[in-house]
Amino acid sequence: MSKLISSVSPHIGGKRTTQKIMLDVIIALMPALIASVVIFGYRSLIVTGACVISCVLSEFLFEKLCKREVTISDLSAVVTGILLAFNLPVGIPIWQAVFGSVAAIIVVKELFGGIGQNFANPAITARIIMLTAFSGTMTTWVIPESIDGVDAVSSATPLAAAAKGEKLPSYLSLFLGTHGGCIGETCAAALLLGGVYLLVRRVISFHTPLAFIGTVAVMSLICGKDVLFQLLSGGLLLGAFFMATDYATTPSSKWGKVIFGIGCGLITILIRFYGNLPEGVSFSILLMNIFTPYISRLTRNKPLTGGAKA
Amino acid sequence: MKLHGIKVPHMKNTADCAPVRIDIPKSVTIPMVMHIGKPAKAVVKRGDAVKVGQLIGEADGFVSSNIHSSVSGTVKKVDEMISSQGSMMPCVVIETDGKQELYEEIKPPEVKDFESFIAAVKNSGVVGLGGAGFPSFVKLNVKDLSKIDAVVINAAECEPYITSDTRTMIDKGEYVFAGIEAIKKYMGVKRFIIGIENNKRKAIEKMNELAEKTDGVEVHVLPSIYPQGGEKVLVYNTVKRIIPRGGLPLDVGVIVINVTTLAFIAEYLEKGIPLVEKCITVDGSAVKEPKNVIAPIGTSICDLLEGAGGTDGTPAKVLYGGPMMGIAVPSLDEPVLKNTNAIIAMDEKDAAPMKMTPCISCGACLSHCPLRLEPREIFRAYNNNSPEELERLCVDLCMECGCCSFVCPANRPLVQTNKLAKIMLRKYLAAKKEEKK
Repeated sequence: MSKLISSVSPHIGGKRTTQKIMLDVIIALMPALIASVVIFGYRSLIVTGACVISCVLSEFLFEKLCKREVTISDLSAVVTGILLAFNLPVGIPIWQAVFGSVAAIIVVKELFGGIGQNFANPAITARIIMLTAFSGTMTTWVIPESIDGVDAVSSATPLAAAAKGEKLPSYLSLFLGTHGGCIGETCAAALLLGGVYLLVRRVISFHTPLAFIGTVAVMSLICGKDVLFQLLSGGLLLGAFFMATDYATTPSSKWGKVIFGIGCGLITILIRFYGNLPEGVSFSILLMNIFTPYISRLTRNKPLTGGAKA
Repeated sequence: MKLHGIKVPHMKNTADCAPVRIDIPKSVTIPMVMHIGKPAKAVVKRGDAVKVGQLIGEADGFVSSNIHSSVSGTVKKVDEMISSQGSMMPCVVIETDGKQELYEEIKPPEVKDFESFIAAVKNSGVVGLGGAGFPSFVKLNVKDLSKIDAVVINAAECEPYITSDTRTMIDKGEYVFAGIEAIKKYMGVKRFIIGIENNKRKAIEKMNELAEKTDGVEVHVLPSIYPQGGEKVLVYNTVKRIIPRGGLPLDVGVIVINVTTLAFIAEYLEKGIPLVEKCITVDGSAVKEPKNVIAPIGTSICDLLEGAGGTDGTPAKVLYGGPMMGIAVPSLDEPVLKNTNAIIAMDEKDAAPMKMTPCISCGACLSHCPLRLEPREIFRAYNNNSPEELERLCVDLCMECGCCSFVCPANRPLVQTNKLAKIMLRKYLAAKKEEKK
């Protein structure tokens, strides 16, 4: 008689896997990638490709070197690569982009134990490392009108322009993304489309983005700033939908997410209005990443004990 | 407050299949433990002639159950066998004569009051037929009846595939209500709530139709969100009461009884035939034709599958019960038990184990647990060997419904670890108690 498989229940599983979740995130990032090609030209594809390839390759090599199970098929390194590229200016030298990718995967992710174990968002942390290391190239923005690259002219991002009191792009330009900025952060329309996709697919919940964006809106209003301008410029939408919703580095509970989002919003506003830097989304998310374990502790599930004690 | 849960595939392929009786197998193996509690004492020996409904195992101790022959024939041996749980259990093997003669002394029980009602339920050998297998007479033998203000009838049948309770409601709806009348009469309870998931339209219609003619019966339609049939979930969703940690429905003034159990009690009061056969859903990817069948208790799964039309090749995995909480049987020789409501045979593709990947802290297990436990943290605490932490995480509340494992995108063995963690906590608490003494 042939052997029957014996295992503990449940004997069926849901259809969702880590790989499918990551694939959904990649799909959600595609509109912004397409927009970036339209706005900044093919170099944005090259930068993104370089980041993705070096992220996946460094994960593969590191895991081989450490004799760990190779996890590149879960596609999380691809997501990190795209997100990092989206946070870089289109004119970034490729070697610098590769440097950032290696730092994101090896230092921020793998040294802490790989997927799910890192406490800080790899793409954001790598971007901050690069901002400090290559402050020149990391803050040289190309005007979209001169996308041929040959006679690319440097220009400020809308937020930097606002800080200096220069002429600001129109709302329509902000919405469509035809202004200076990082590869993936300028086109608000594409980011919103991707964000809605993630919400519909239930990959993320609305709590974090709503709390994050809502806090920025309310605080801008209180501080007497142009609310719509604050919402559409900088990395807010990219950060709120794609980076502040990373599973491993943000709280899992509903209220934890709300607290996380509000914290991100407050820090973003503080840096934008009172700090030396024109933009603060990356720093706000990284700082809140550090608070995540404490927020999680504060917002634990309350088991249904019916008031009885053990 | 709403309790969480998951959407599982319904797969109620057999909802419209009225049960058919299978041919009586050549022999049956009737275990003396088909209930929670002490094994019954076998009262027959090799060579004895037995008939349908004759007592062959006598309840031994307070929590135990009578066991009756499901066939007519000759006792071949009184032996021990390995149960699906891995322990040895006594059993009686009977060679059938195919005549299915009813035991002469069978007659409807005389029931006048609460005591004689409980005695009748005990004599019927009925146990929780929803799957739990807890002797019903122990559950119904409530010391202080005044504390009970409602009976919740569990007809949720939230597991995929299974439709035997659905069939009970459709085919034996009158018995369900006769059971309600009996409890009304002998236990004095006035309020009855039948909880049914909304995917059983016909059963709901039938129950509504009958409820109109009866006082004090509400048909509560539940959403098809697994696990509505979990006792704690059902009580909360029907009467909005939370069963306290470590407590029973009795602690909140409720008795929960499975709909098939109730219908059986009523049928027993009328006919006096003890629990000797079961309506069983036979389904799964390896089954040729999904069906509901009636089989004598003790029929081997092999005979049952054959009698139900056979399987495509040898199944890779066979379950007692549904795929969410069912038990994988070690061999097809295992018998049909009193509390078997389904036999699910899976083919190789369905039974293939899923690959575990690292936890990505997505929080799905935290946000789907009906009892708001934190399987991810329990997993960590168990692997850190920390029963103190497990106590704080209330792992003892876990009803092992499997939602956490089902939703986990990394296929981590969460509910499986909860089960181990419960044992770890129990041992720790027992040792602590011992120390205090």
